[in-house]
Amino acid sequence: MKRRFEVIITLKEGLLDPQGKAVEGSLPAMGWGNVSHVRVGKHVELTVDAGSEDTARARVEEITTRLLSNPVIEDFRVLETEEVE
Amino acid sequence: MARVGVITFPGSNDDRAALRATRFLGGEPVALWHADPDLKGVDAVILPGGFSYGDYLRTGAIARFAPALASVRGFAERGGPVLGICNGFQILCETGLLPGALIRNRDLRFICRWVDVRVETADTVVTQGSATGDVLRIPIKHGEGQWITSKEEAARVEGEGLVAFRYCAADGTVDDAHNPNGSIGNIAGLRNERGNVVGLMPHPEHAVDSDLGPTGGRPLLESLMAFAPERT
Repeated sequence: MKRRFEVIITLKEGLLDPQGKAVEGSLPAMGWGNVSHVRVGKHVELTVDAGSEDTARARVEEITTRLLSNPVIEDFRVLETEEVE
Repeated sequence: MARVGVITFPGSNDDRAALRATRFLGGEPVALWHADPDLKGVDAVILPGGFSYGDYLRTGAIARFAPALASVRGFAERGGPVLGICNGFQILCETGLLPGALIRNRDLRFICRWVDVRVETADTVVTQGSATGDVLRIPIKHGEGQWITSKEEAARVEGEGLVAFRYCAADGTVDDAHNPNGSIGNIAGLRNERGNVVGLMPHPEHAVDSDLGPTGGRPLLESLMAFAPERT
């Protein structure tokens, strides 16, 4: 059974997010001066073939912990999945 | 003559400088390849600077899974000397051989200039020829050199004396004015508990030849090569 997952990876709270800061800094030039706390993260999609949703989700969490994110500086969450095929 | 292996990853760009510095200082440079687990019996390993795998995901994140890195891990566990420079330091943090992580510089800019670093311990494979408090002039060139970790881990790193180098003034004073990238505690380099694995952001391989400028990198690489043949 194949399931499609989405993983959102964000810098931990309190860590400087240079991309977010750069984006935020460009907004006043566009006339948007009332936007703050811009944070930029990563979005990864992947399809996993596994016996059950629990197994598939566990695999995604392991992949994300070991490769897609660095637990020292980042948090992640795995979004709702859908069955494919 | 010490045989020093330098691992080239796709995107490494200081590998040749590390090989050249090894030869310049009287060692035998050995070019190693990321996809080859064979370390060719070298006495010491250098993970060079650059942008391995395009810095995709995070700096050093993909290099960590290279076949050569599995061999480096075993080499390090047997006490073999391993030096990670810049991207090599980032790789060592990603592998967990050294603590913490390196993120974008505090001021968001890529920095390329000479800095002074203070030796914090002589108990490493690259500082055995130096004394605590020695100040070395070595260049940095990085966009992601801000070393960070949790408060607890930072306290452990300080408590266990794992800080090998700190950014400082020419007279050795460590203060925020001489912290180029915002690293916790002005940390420029770390060692592991045994002292055989060292990572630092400054580039000792670019500071060995007095015809080209300051030579603060020289004692570090000489120490690495002096240590190497005695490895058990």
